[in-house]
Amino acid sequence: MFSLHLPHERLLEAYRTMQTIRCFEERIATEMGTGDIPGSTHLYAGQEASAVGVCMHLSDEDYISSTHRGHGHCIAKGCDINAMMAELFGRVTGTCGGKGGSQHIADLRKGMLGANGIVAGGAPITCGAALSAKLRKTDRVAIAFAGDGAMNEGAMAESLNLAKIWMLPIIFVIEDNGFGEATANEFVSAGSFVRRAEGYDIPSAEVDGTDVFKVYTAAGEAIERARAGGGPSLLHVHVPRYYGHYSGDPDTYRTPEEKKIMRQEQDCLIKFRNKVSVEDLVKGSALEAIDAEVIAAVDEAVKFARNSEFPPASALTTDVYVKYQ
Amino acid sequence: MAKISFRQALNDALRLEMARDPRVIMMGEDLTGGAGGNGVKDAWGGAFGVTRGLLGEFGPERIRDTPISETAFIGAAAGAALTGMRPVAELMFVDFAGVCLDQIVNQIAKFRYMFGGRARTPLVIRATYGAGTRSAAQHTQAFYPIFTHFPGLKVVIPSNPYDAKGLLLQAMRDDDPVIFLENKMLYDTMGEVPDGSYTVPFGEAKVVRDGKDVMIVAIGRMVKIAEEAARKLQSDGISACVIDPRTTSPLDEDTLIEFAEEIGRVVIVDEATPRCGMAADISAMLADKCFDSLRAPIKMVTAPHTPVPYAPNLEDLYVPNADAVIKAVKSIIER
Repeated sequence: MFSLHLPHERLLEAYRTMQTIRCFEERIATEMGTGDIPGSTHLYAGQEASAVGVCMHLSDEDYISSTHRGHGHCIAKGCDINAMMAELFGRVTGTCGGKGGSQHIADLRKGMLGANGIVAGGAPITCGAALSAKLRKTDRVAIAFAGDGAMNEGAMAESLNLAKIWMLPIIFVIEDNGFGEATANEFVSAGSFVRRAEGYDIPSAEVDGTDVFKVYTAAGEAIERARAGGGPSLLHVHVPRYYGHYSGDPDTYRTPEEKKIMRQEQDCLIKFRNKVSVEDLVKGSALEAIDAEVIAAVDEAVKFARNSEFPPASALTTDVYVKYQ
Repeated sequence: MAKISFRQALNDALRLEMARDPRVIMMGEDLTGGAGGNGVKDAWGGAFGVTRGLLGEFGPERIRDTPISETAFIGAAAGAALTGMRPVAELMFVDFAGVCLDQIVNQIAKFRYMFGGRARTPLVIRATYGAGTRSAAQHTQAFYPIFTHFPGLKVVIPSNPYDAKGLLLQAMRDDDPVIFLENKMLYDTMGEVPDGSYTVPFGEAKVVRDGKDVMIVAIGRMVKIAEEAARKLQSDGISACVIDPRTTSPLDEDTLIEFAEEIGRVVIVDEATPRCGMAADISAMLADKCFDSLRAPIKMVTAPHTPVPYAPNLEDLYVPNADAVIKAVKSIIER
């Protein structure tokens, strides 16, 4: 039982980060209704245990790349939620000065190499970060988060091969939420992801992504192996996706009943609370206190975003090059 | 100054910069050639021999042969660049950009802007381009207009050994991603090249030859064609100036405008196909900026709007030659 080995404050930290992601995403779902967030977003709600269980092993020195559904990874890697919220609102105080938006949040100081609007686009880039860690003889690792849909992209197949050939310290965390956009994974994916990894001699495992302790344990093994020079791993993490593919997706390809059961039976926060209370590890009052703090922090983030300016017109043409002409 | 080949000039630049900066690494297909075999380890030194000898000097950690997997290694070069290295990736043929264009145009070109100026991608992608090798349609294209189109990329096309070395050293020291295109037909051309390190700045066109009757703008291999045409025109009493932009992004608009205004007649020679090509781009710019100074229509000498053919007689027709340039010049000289 890995939960027993986690110090009390790390349990609280895991809960706080998962709850922050949940609260952030639910608030965005609400704020989308106001029309003040431009474009659309892809919400990570339901998948929190995956990002958190993996990123708890990482420091700012380690790298992650993310996907179009990237808010959870950013928060788990320590990106500032005020700046993230401001980015979603397209404000100059945003993580990317309002020029990237939801799908391009990045913070290199935190080792966050970017969400990505292209499915599997981050996988080759993460191989490069892992190569850089290896060549500089550090024990840093790089995590390529990707969805089930990314497993059918050539970029992913190429990255798995390169990662193994070069024995890169990289972990491919494949978050399978059952749907690539609106199409069921089982309708489009042949064979098994774990067996695909085995074909490259890459150690792999299927993981219950609704249980942060299970993710933490599986990721810990893979990350330890990578830090020790043992090369890449792949985790096939099963997670629920609470919302549609993007905000505004009516999500009618799933029945109301299955969505209800999903939220009742596969909720990582409920499971966490049950587990820590059964084992009497954390007092309920401590979790409630965190809930209140998280709600206040997300409130504050929205206020920060709304009170921030849009980028000045001059920002249109800056930041294309470090130096041009 | 020693007279060395275009190929050797590039090899020298790579060697000098790798010795100077430990962050420079290289990756590509058959950069050494022979990796994993029982024979010579540095058998190829790149498909065109540009990287020969570097393995022995810098070792397999820094000179990395890759799988035939352009998306993976171009993307890996990007990730390494984002995290502190200064990679030089080699695309054996620029045509292979077709299988890794996402990494080049959606990722590499956009990191800095998407991330609000908080990223640097000091990456060079070297690639061969150009027709003339009897290699048909998929190993011969002149893709520089495509890359020039994308904000965030710099595009460099040397026409001679001196520029090849100085521009490549500049590319490796530049903090932005650079597409560095080498015309295969130029590898064996010789020229005077200094021994040590020097850089040729981007965005500074070179006046290859001065003249007063017509300005010929030429890129890459076309510079030699333009010079040949200018020599022949001289014997007909026509004085042609030849200008080599050297980089298409940034483009030295100031020099092109200055000469166009002074001379009033412009011919642009471009090995790329005509639609949305560099010739079209430069003519539009000049027509916009100095229409009143022009004494004749701007003429474009380009490849036809076709793929590159295989048969030698057809391929020779495909690539712009001196006669085509002379014909274009004469069509506007009397006006």
